[in-house]
Amino acid sequence: MKILTKPKYIYYSSLIVFVFLLLGLTIHTMIVLPQQDHRENLTPQIIQGKLIWEEHNCIGCHTLLGEGAYFAPELSNVYERRGGSHGGTYFIKAWLKAMPTNIPSRRQMPQFNLTEDELNALIAFLKWTSEINNSSWPPSKKG
Amino acid sequence: MLYSSQAVAKPYFIAAIALFAVQVLFGLLLGMQYIPVNLPFISFITFDAARLIHTNLLIMWLLFGFMGSIYYIIPEESEQELYNPKLAIQLFWVFLSLTIITFLGYLLLSYATFAKITGNQFFPTMGREYLEQPTIIKLGLFIVLCGFSYNIAMTVLHGRKGMINLLLLAGIVGTTIIFLMAFYNPSNLVVAKYYRWWLIHFWIEGTWELIMEAILAYVIYKITGDRKIVEKWLYIIVAVTLTTTILGIGHHYYWIGVSEYWQWVGTVFSIFEILPFFFMVLFVFNVVNCTKCQYSNKAVKLWALSTPIMAFLGAGVLGFLHTLAPVNYYSHGTQITSAHSHLAFYSTYVMIVLTMISYAMPILRNRKIVNGGLSQRFEILAFWLMTVSMFFMALFIAIAGIMQVYIQRATDLALPFIEIQNSLMILYWLRSIGGVVFLIGVIIYITKFLIAKSNNL
Repeated sequence: MKILTKPKYIYYSSLIVFVFLLLGLTIHTMIVLPQQDHRENLTPQIIQGKLIWEEHNCIGCHTLLGEGAYFAPELSNVYERRGGSHGGTYFIKAWLKAMPTNIPSRRQMPQFNLTEDELNALIAFLKWTSEINNSSWPPSKKG
Repeated sequence: MLYSSQAVAKPYFIAAIALFAVQVLFGLLLGMQYIPVNLPFISFITFDAARLIHTNLLIMWLLFGFMGSIYYIIPEESEQELYNPKLAIQLFWVFLSLTIITFLGYLLLSYATFAKITGNQFFPTMGREYLEQPTIIKLGLFIVLCGFSYNIAMTVLHGRKGMINLLLLAGIVGTTIIFLMAFYNPSNLVVAKYYRWWLIHFWIEGTWELIMEAILAYVIYKITGDRKIVEKWLYIIVAVTLTTTILGIGHHYYWIGVSEYWQWVGTVFSIFEILPFFFMVLFVFNVVNCTKCQYSNKAVKLWALSTPIMAFLGAGVLGFLHTLAPVNYYSHGTQITSAHSHLAFYSTYVMIVLTMISYAMPILRNRKIVNGGLSQRFEILAFWLMTVSMFFMALFIAIAGIMQVYIQRATDLALPFIEIQNSLMILYWLRSIGGVVFLIGVIIYITKFLIAKSNNL
């Protein structure tokens, strides 16, 4: 019985059990994931869009799928919120170009001076993100 | 000080305190941008840049604090000098340079420029929450962690092996290995988010928590002098941490686009993630009433007793409420998250590092502690200012979060995000006042060390 009460055996066994459970669940998650994330639609343009998203520290103010800062709106559904296939691209592009608004005592978004190609890539990335099947989160269109 | 090599902890503690002050200053700027008042000293920096400094310096200075604590504890617990004190000092300067370069990059350059000149496009790892550092800085940090682990491992393996030093070793080696995940950033956003949590979760709710528990156990042992009871409690606390935290990662997976069973896994294990903090509270209250205790420094006792209580509140209770999947559906990605992370980081990690500094710094500086002395009165005042103001800041942000969720997610009001935020302005004002009080607390905390120097009190 002494072996059971030695801390290190309890630690090793719980570590092994739970790490294996995590790995098992991870393998399963990764196998079924293509049905949820629609990776068949991933294009080089979307991948470029993700890099633009990262290199401008968008999560420094916004959230994406709820992760990031809470200073500015959630953007995983911004494509749909701003019209989807009926003008979503046009709206987001115009919005990014109009920044900063310089309206007094209103939070300001910087001007990032993105090229037309970069804007298209970023919006393609946001559109792809809006199509991820994520248990219908966020609860509201407002984010 | 029993071993002269424990002295390497001192520069680490000083750097930790200095970076803490800078972190809090930028936190206050962030709070003020919420109000928003257009004063030049606030709007000279964009919100995202100030946030980079606020969150990244937090991680850096906590690591400085952990390293200092571990360098101090390990020789004593292993009953021999540190394996290579020179390496510890060299790594200190490397780590400090990396931190300052990162800080200046965030402060002076636009993030896109910083990404470009550090070659992010060749190996993109930047722009993810808490992992915003340039790839090359991450590489440097990994090398620092490796050198640190090596130094600690060699000391522990050649010396007396006890519960506390083995746990610290496991914590720091785990932290180093897990950091490798920082270099994995696949182009599929869902996969990238899935594995990013392997780093963030297993640091903050895993290896860092183990380090925190070991430091707390060490300080309590120093107060009570009873190793047996401390190790008995530590044994239980660590066992509960290990069994709950690994699958507790599920609470980050509810809404990122992976399988829905994570909602069950995450909720069930998150409920139990409160237990380590509950046991920590029981632990300190069980040992606090010891009549035979020789140790008299009131400030250390205050820090050591308050840390588990605040951690139970901030990390335990708030975490528990916020990670139940049905609640998280509404609270995820709102000010509620911010309230939880503020109180949890302060109570668990900031307080444990300040506990250790409170214990070790007077010894490292060869100062005699006078209960009721000016220096100690300053420290206790700083403790109350920081702890109470952080409690209220978290409370105000939590109320703002609850109102935000109600208006934004539970009603059909067609108000845009920014209008909803404007309706919460009074709470953001109150939060900023909390931030000012916290900063005053930090200033008084730093003054404590200067008083000790001039008056030897």
